[in-house]
This record gives sequence, structure tokens and C-alpha cells, in this order.
Amino acid sequence: MDGTRKFKVATKHHVTTTINGDPAEFLCTPEQTLLDVLRDVLYLTGSKEGCASGDCGACSVILDGRLVCSCLVLGVEAEGRDVETIEGMANGDELHPLQQKFLEHAALQCGICTPGFLVAAKALLARNPDPTETEVRYWLAGNLCRCTGYDKIVRAVLDAAAEMRGN
Amino acid sequence: MNDVTMKGLGERMWKVVGTRPVRPDGVDKVTGRAKFGADLNLPNMLIGKVLRSPHAHARIKSIDTSKAQALPGVKAVVTSADFSDLPSEFIPAGEMMVNFRDMTRNVMAREKALYEGHAVAAVAAISEAVAAQALKLIEVEYEVLPHVMDVAQAMQPDAPLLHESMYTIGMEPKPEKPSNVAKRVEFALGDVAAGFAKADVVIEREFTTQPVHQGYIEPHACVASVSEDGQAELWCSTQGQFIVRNFCAKLLGMELSRLRVTASEIGGGFGGKTVVYLEPLALVLSRKAAQPVKMVMSRTEVFKASGPTSGARIWVKIGATRDGRITAAEALLKYQAGAFQGSPVQPGCMCAFAPYDLENVKVVGFDVVVNRPKVAAYRAPGGPISEFAVESVIDELAGRLNLDPIEFRLKNAAKEGTKAAYGPKFGPIGLVQTLEAARAHRNYGVPLKANQGRGVASGFWFNIGGETCAALNLTEDGSVTLVAGTPDIGGSRASLAMMAAEELGIALDKVRPIIGDTSALGYNFLTGGSRVTFSSGMAVIEAAREMIRRLRERAAKIWEIPLDSVAWEDGHARAVGGAKQVAPMPLAEIAKTAGKTGGPIVGYAAINAQGAGPSLATHVVDVEVDPETGKVTVLRYLAVQDAGRAVHPSYVEGQMQGGAVQGIGWALNEEYIYDKNGRMENPGFLDYRIPVCSDVPMIDTVIVEVPNPRHPYGVRGVGETPIVPPMGAIANAVANATGIRFTDLPMSPPRVLKAIDEKHAATSK
Amino acid sequence: MDYRAPASVKEAVELLALHDGRAHVLAGGTDLLVKLRGGFVAPQVVVDVKAIPQLRGIESDARGFRIGAATSCAELAEHAAFSAAWPGVVEALHLIGSTQIQGRASAGGNLCNASPAADSVPAMIAAGAICQVAGPAGEREVPVEKIVTGPGRTSLARGEFVVGFRLPKPPPRSGDAYLRLIPRTEMDIAVVGVGVSLALDDKGVCTHARVGLGAVAPTALLVEAAGKALIGTRLDAPALAALAAATSAVCKPIDDKRGTIAYRIKVAGVLARRTAAIAFDRARARNP
Repeated sequence: MDGTRKFKVATKHHVTTTINGDPAEFLCTPEQTLLDVLRDVLYLTGSKEGCASGDCGACSVILDGRLVCSCLVLGVEAEGRDVETIEGMANGDELHPLQQKFLEHAALQCGICTPGFLVAAKALLARNPDPTETEVRYWLAGNLCRCTGYDKIVRAVLDAAAEMRGN
Repeated sequence: MNDVTMKGLGERMWKVVGTRPVRPDGVDKVTGRAKFGADLNLPNMLIGKVLRSPHAHARIKSIDTSKAQALPGVKAVVTSADFSDLPSEFIPAGEMMVNFRDMTRNVMAREKALYEGHAVAAVAAISEAVAAQALKLIEVEYEVLPHVMDVAQAMQPDAPLLHESMYTIGMEPKPEKPSNVAKRVEFALGDVAAGFAKADVVIEREFTTQPVHQGYIEPHACVASVSEDGQAELWCSTQGQFIVRNFCAKLLGMELSRLRVTASEIGGGFGGKTVVYLEPLALVLSRKAAQPVKMVMSRTEVFKASGPTSGARIWVKIGATRDGRITAAEALLKYQAGAFQGSPVQPGCMCAFAPYDLENVKVVGFDVVVNRPKVAAYRAPGGPISEFAVESVIDELAGRLNLDPIEFRLKNAAKEGTKAAYGPKFGPIGLVQTLEAARAHRNYGVPLKANQGRGVASGFWFNIGGETCAALNLTEDGSVTLVAGTPDIGGSRASLAMMAAEELGIALDKVRPIIGDTSALGYNFLTGGSRVTFSSGMAVIEAAREMIRRLRERAAKIWEIPLDSVAWEDGHARAVGGAKQVAPMPLAEIAKTAGKTGGPIVGYAAINAQGAGPSLATHVVDVEVDPETGKVTVLRYLAVQDAGRAVHPSYVEGQMQGGAVQGIGWALNEEYIYDKNGRMENPGFLDYRIPVCSDVPMIDTVIVEVPNPRHPYGVRGVGETPIVPPMGAIANAVANATGIRFTDLPMSPPRVLKAIDEKHAATSK
Repeated sequence: MDYRAPASVKEAVELLALHDGRAHVLAGGTDLLVKLRGGFVAPQVVVDVKAIPQLRGIESDARGFRIGAATSCAELAEHAAFSAAWPGVVEALHLIGSTQIQGRASAGGNLCNASPAADSVPAMIAAGAICQVAGPAGEREVPVEKIVTGPGRTSLARGEFVVGFRLPKPPPRSGDAYLRLIPRTEMDIAVVGVGVSLALDDKGVCTHARVGLGAVAPTALLVEAAGKALIGTRLDAPALAALAAATSAVCKPIDDKRGTIAYRIKVAGVLARRTAAIAFDRARARNP
């Protein structure tokens, strides 16, 4: 195979989208995932790549209100959509109750899975403000954590849910 | 339910230690701001990628990189020719040994590729796509050789040889022929034959365990930048920026001070980030290209080319008298080292019977190379494997003797003054306390239903100290920066800042801890061996005491009284002994005037921390086994551990809970699966099945505190011991539920169902 | 690689036909993106079908339900009427991957990925789902069990793709269920999956039963003998034993990283029994 001197630069698509409530636009190749775009084009590195196959949840974002793995979404698919990432979770300098409860409960050790868990938990509480422990565990089954054994994460989510309900 | 049992805490009123403040790096980690290995981007940065061997064992006949070199956008291509060969030389690296001859071959294969995934070449290019295309243009001619994956086969005289010049160390007489057995080790005490002769009951069994990966969620990642004058910067996800510096400098032939390594935030390590893989490649690529180079492993590469810990074959024999006293214990351990020698068989031997007070013990271990990735440390390296086997036999003996498993362990438990088979006499240790706390816990009395079982296991880990530096810098407003040299993998910035605040007598929020790069401090050994809160904590306390001495000097100078008339209490200098009637002077006031009283005030400590205290644990687990599918569900889990002193109890509990769940994975589902060609079939989180959130219950914890007398605050390490008991505890619980003793890990559904069906077939005959 | 998002079935068919063999349909992407990243496929063009109105949503009428092939599993699971009518199909769809995967994965994608272990397929087979296929010659309807012909292979012709599924309105006193065996509680590929759909007469005797079986043969199977074992019974112990035996008998599994041959054969029977019992309870609870 004569592959020398023949590298073809892929044509890029221009994508207009909304990220964390702000209008955003970027160029990406069709191969680039939304995670690639967030991290390498827009430098929103809070979403993490742990597997690139949808098995770890570290890249979780909310796309038009649905929790998804951004590694399993093409960047071009973000056209006209609404993307929420970990960077948009706090309201100015006020942490989201989930963020606050993760801190109070020591629900993170190394912290690499934390953004994905927080985004996933936020999507859960948006749908189910009063989940049981079992519901929390199954909802978060797509988010791997190797440090905590999940105990303090589940407690933090349940406590945040209670606080958000006003209990 | 999480409890802290306070023992021996009467001596000091703690203000900060033992509380549960929010960690200082927490906000960065819940907002996505924290920068991990792959999060750094530099101007003009290239992307590096590695070409890896598709063969488990192959001679590399030639590598032609010319087409890759010629591809536009490719800036550097490297092979083993870009690294000098290094002589065989063992260097202690904490709990493991390293050998630079092997290390240079592991980061880049030289004569042979020794496992699927072994690096054979690397490229740096203007984009990931170009780098990926360049890899396809590299032509490697392999001569595929027979491979060997299992220790028993690798130890056969006619097994394929990985290293033609490796002769077993520790054998008498010295072997005449090379083999795959790198080393034989032996630890013995008393006379096991005489001991077994005194036993009323003797049980012996054989066990196997599979290699398991540390499974950190963050893949290895680094950014290297070497300038034209040879000065270099390296950013990487590591458990030890100093060991990365030293390893890379050795591999590249650099002077240590010319390489500055910064540890990024680290997304889990568990021992797996105590070695180098990408870092030396990125440096060589950057040196060649004269541009920064970023390299990130894919998850597949992480599984195939990094980590795991050993798979093993273990034989254990234990004898006891009718009244429950162990008379002799013996074990034979054969551990996979992966492609290069250096399995954790030695610590495995040392730990095997360490929880018990035994007169007659003998443990022999073999370190065996096979065509798998070179093992790396994994949380209490070696211990969980041997202790799984021993705790299984201990449980079976207790059953045979009709003794409660906790009672049987209490009758034989090691305590202060016990001589361990591996040499030392223990100081104060907390095994008895953990057993008693486990027995008293409500979980131990919950009634069990059909197909449910309860299992108990104890565990031991040494913990280590080592070279450590810490700096405290007092600012002009009285706040303090703390510089530690051990990457914070699970909350150590919190525990270190807490110890500094405690010692200085100031509020915790006045201390801002950071992890320094290799130019900020003297040498620090890595984050591993459960040493950080112990060693860096000791250094921080020593640095704080030095700072206090200087603060007292300044107060003495201001007050014009002798130094020994100034005491330090609650963050204030106080004149004592009637030398002068003055109001106590707070730290902030001394700080404000420091420039005029002698200059900035700092505290620095550079120590080799000695006196790490072993940490012992007892776990109790309840399981349910589906008799028709063989699936094991963990219903309840209790982890009890001696922490010495829990500086931040939440993070101590977190270590216990995390280790327990890693152990659940090891026990039930995790394993490396290879095809007949030695290629890994499950290199991803889909089929390498680590526990998910819905797999496990809450992990109940009890922290026992038996202070370590050799640490100023009584701290022991806590990070590793929690992964030691789970496999034994779960195997014992499954045995209790099914009446079947499982000796092979993992206890996956097909394996469990097969055993259940075989038992039914046997009983119905 | 090019990315196209046609707005109509016709446009999509033209694109697929034009790049015959080198075009890939993108629905939820939860399988395709993994294959792309791993280099297992290298299409010239990816045809995103989610912008085609016909591929999205759930409709119901007197005859039953129609679901767009690219509708996400999460949307399907949230549809109250569909969940009430076909709880087994919905639980199968709901078992495909994590919450994150649910937000993207679709019934059409799960089928056309042509994995023998696809969770939704045995349940759809049991339910008697009909697949709507569009192609250059127009639309045709095919029973769902006729689509997959082997691992990674389908009976779809050049330019064809699946646009939707039809499920009948469940008769009175009917119920369906799906169970799978995985080593963990979530996130695994089925080692065995069984879907059962059955109907009872007013005396509680089974008059109709279909059993779909996954992960134990090159394709998901409709196990007619297993269904027959239930018909005419009240799912008493002998009937369930016959069901289990008939189910195990058709298994032609492989030994692989997920399970052994012996294990899969045995567990297929066990799950068939358990699944049928759930479907039976649902049928009895669904009195007209």
C-alpha cells in the first residue's frame, strides 16, 4: 500500500448549538464525537473519557433533556440541540445541591468519575425528585466509580434529593 | 451505619483531627475544573500514539518506519533503537522492585514482543488521525513464537522461554538451565512437620486466582515538552512524580534536575500508576520533534498493556487442635509476573499467615514469567491472593471444629508481641479489636434465609513509610501554604492540611495544600503502600513543629525574652514561666511582622519515615446464591479496620468501602480472558466486569483506632488492607450458603452453577 | 466519512442505495459509534435517520401500536399506554444498556445491529412484532424474527432499512415478560434472554403462547415447541418443565467470554420457566 504523501484532511462540518445555555458554534469532522468536540475543540474538559464505548459514564451530558454518553454522540448531531455539561451545573458561584452534597458526604475520592455522576444524578432528580436507594443505584449503574464503592455517592444523591424537595 | 470506635484517645483533645471537613480540592472536582492527565493542552502540541504487538510472543525481526516518517504531519517516530539498553539492576520501589533492563524493554519491546499489547513503536503527529494513519504505515516483521499464559505450564521444563538468560534466584543448587521461574522465596518459623503431627484436624486445598486490573477510570495520560537545550517538562497522571522523573531520566539518560515532572490530578491508580508506560515515549518523541507531545491510552490499551495484578496458584495446609489452636500452617504460592519478573509473590508470602500467632509456619513462593502484561502493584500487592486462600482454609477449619469463625480467629489472632513468620515482632496491632467489633455489630446477628450465607475473613497489610518532604510557607496574612510531594489520590490534601492546622493551632481554612512538582521539594517516594497520611503527615507535622519553633523565636525576639520562655498553644505564642506579662500573640500577628523580625517564616521537613504500623481488618458479608443460575448477590457488607488514627474519618471509610467493592469484583466477576493465541478477549468495561452501583449494598464500616506509637498522631495507613479480606469473606459466605467450597476465582455464575449441579448429581446418585 | 441526515425515507433509501455496502444507518449510535471508534467499520457515509419523522415516536390505534424504529428506549419506556400493553417488550427495551444508553438506543438499532444477544429481539418475537422495512421498491412488512440471519447479518436488501415496528393490541387475558441472565445487575450483554407472550381463556387455560430466545444461537429464535408446551395448560409444574426442556433443546450456543454452552442451555430453561410465570401472572391480572 502506498500511503505516503496522501493524507486527506477530512471535511469539517459547521455546527451551531447551545451549550450550558449559551450559543456555541464549532467545526468538527464527521468522525469526532461530541466528547471529542467538548474536550478538544471547546476545551470543556470537565467531561471525561474513561472508555469511549459508553460503558463508564464519565462523559455523561444532558442532550435535549436526556442523559447520554457524549462519547456515543457525534459532534455533528449537536446541531440545533441543547447540551448541558458539568461546567454548567453550578449557578454562578453557587453550587448545585448535588455538588454541595457530594462535598459534604465525601462522595468522591479521585474525582474522575464525579462530573459524570453529578450530571447523571441531576438528570435523575429532574425526572424523579424522590428516588429510592434502589432507583438511584440502577439509574447510576452506567457510571463506574472504582474508588468509593458507591456508598457515599448514593447517600449524597439521596440527601440532595431530600434537600431539593425542601425536607 | 458507620461508626468510629475510639480507643486510647484520652491523651489529647483533638480540634481538627477526627472531624469531617469538606476537602480543599473538592470544589474543583465537582465543577469539572480539576485538571487530570488528559486535560492539559499546550500550544503547538502533537499527539502521540503507540503501535502494539498483536502477538503474545514474537521475535521482532525488523521494523521499517520509513513510510510513517514520510507521511505529512508526522513529526517523530521512535522504536527501541531510540532507547539505550540498560543492564539488569534491581531498585527497590517501595512494595515492588524494578529492574531497568526490564523497564526499558517493557516501555518499548527490543528483541521480542512478550505479550499482546507490548509497545513496538510510537509516533507523534499533528493530529490523532494522522498519528493513527502513521501507525498503519509502520511495517514490523515478526517471528511468532509459542506462548505460555499459566504459571503451572510456564514452570514445566519444556515450556516456551520468555527470557533465554533468566536463571531462578533463590534455588540451591543454582539451576543449570534458564527457566521462566525468576525467583524462589521462603519464609519459615518453627517446625511445620512437628506442628502438623500435633494437629487433630488438618485441611489442605489448592486455589487459583485470575489476573485482575486495578480498573482506574482515568486511562494513563501525559504531556511531555522537551526543549532544544534538553530541559524537559512532563505532566502526567501518576502516583509519584518523583519516581516518574527518576525512571524517565534513567531510561532517557538525562540528569534528574533537567526533568521537571508535575503530577496532574490522578483519576485512580490503586498501584497501577506507580510505573511508567507512555511517559518515556512522550519525552523521546518530544525530544525528537522539538514540540510538546500528548499521549493518552485507550481503555483497550489500559487493559492490554498496563496493570494488572498476578493470577496465581496457591496451595494451603493448616492444622489445628480440637480446642481450636492452630499448630502448623504451610503454603506454596506461584504468582504470574507477566512478561518480566517481579510479581508480588514475596509480600504475598509474608502476608499469608500474618494475622495469626503461629509457632510453625512455612511459606514458599515462586515468581513466574508468562506472556501477559507485566504486573503492576495493585492495592496490597500479593496479599489478597494468598490471604484469600488462607482465610478460606481457616473458615473450613472453624467449621470442622464447630467453632464460630470469629471465635476461631480470636483464639489464634496475632497481637502485640506476636512474632510474624516474616520476621518482626508486632507492636500494638488491632486484629482482636476488629474481630470483637465485627462480632458485636448488628449485621453479625441478622437471621439468614434459604440460599443465603455469611462469611468472615480477616486481612493484614504492612503499610510503608519512606522518603518524604513537606513544606509549610507562612504568608504575610497568617495563612499557610502546604506543599506535599505525594499525589492526592483520595483526599490526602484534606488529611495533611488537617494535621498542619492541628499542629499549628489554626483554623483549617487557613491552610491551603497543594501537590508540588519535582522541583518544589526534595525527593518523595510515591503515593502507595498506604503511606501518604502516615509519611507525608509525619513530614507535615515535623515541618509545622519547625515553623512553630521559628514563630516562638520571633515572639521571643519581640518580647525580648529567652526562647524557652515562649510556648506555642492554640495558634498563639505565650510567654511562660513568668518571664514577661504580655498578651498571647497570634500567629497572624507574628506573620505580619515577619519581614522585620528576621524574614519569611517557613517549615520544611525532609525525612525517611519509619515505623509504619500494620493495619488489620475483619470483613463480614452476607450473600444469596440463586441455585438455578449460580448468581451470587451481596446482601450486606461490613468492613471493620484498625486505622490507628482516623484523621478524616469519611475518607478512611471511603477507603474501606472502595476496597471492599473492588474485592467484590475480584471475587465474583473480574478476570482476564484470553483466546488460544494469547489475545485478550475482554479489554473493555463491557466484559471486564467491575462492580456497578446496582451490584452492591451500602458498605457498613467500623473504624477501630489502636494508635500507631511510631507516628506523632497514631496514624497507620488504611488504603490497602480493605481489599485483602473480601475474596475470602465472599468465598466463605458462598460456602455457607451452598455447602460448596469454591477455590477458584472468580465465582462467576457459570462456575457456581456447575458446582451446584455437580453436587446435586453426586448426592442424587 | 461523510455524515448525512435525510429528512425523508425516500432520501435515506437513495443514500443507502448509492453507497451500497459502504453506508451505515445511524439511529441511536450506541453500537455504531463503538464500532467506528474501534475501527471495526469504515463507512463512506453515515446516514442519520433520526430527522425522518416516520422514524420517531409511538402511535396507537384500535389495531395496536406503531413505533418509529429510531425512537429511543427511554421514550418507549416512558409511554404509559405502550408500557401497559406490552410490559415484556418494554422491560426488554429498558434493559438495553445504562440510563445513558437508554437515552439514545432504539428498537430498530438493537435489531439491525444483528447481535444474537440483543435484548429487545426475543421479546419482540414473542410479542409477534412486525417490522416495517423501506427500500427502493417501497415498503414491506416482515415478522421481526425474519430480519436477522446471523451475527452481524440481516435479510435487508440493498437500500433497505427498518423504519418502524407494528405490535398488535394485546388480547384480553394476555401478558408478556422478558428476563435475561447477566453476571452483574446492569451493563452486561445477555448470556441468555427469554421473552414470553401468552394469552388465556376465561378459565385460565393458555390458548396462545410465543417464546423468543436470545443469546443461545446465531440469531434470536422463535421457539415454537416451547410455546406449544404451554398451550392447553394452566402453566402447572409439568407444563413449565416441558417449556424449559423445549427451550433448552433448541439452544445451539457457543462457549465464550460470557458463558459456557452447558450454562446457557440450562439457564435458558430456567429463565423460560420464570419468564412464563411472570407473563402468566400478568395475563391473569389483565381481566377484561
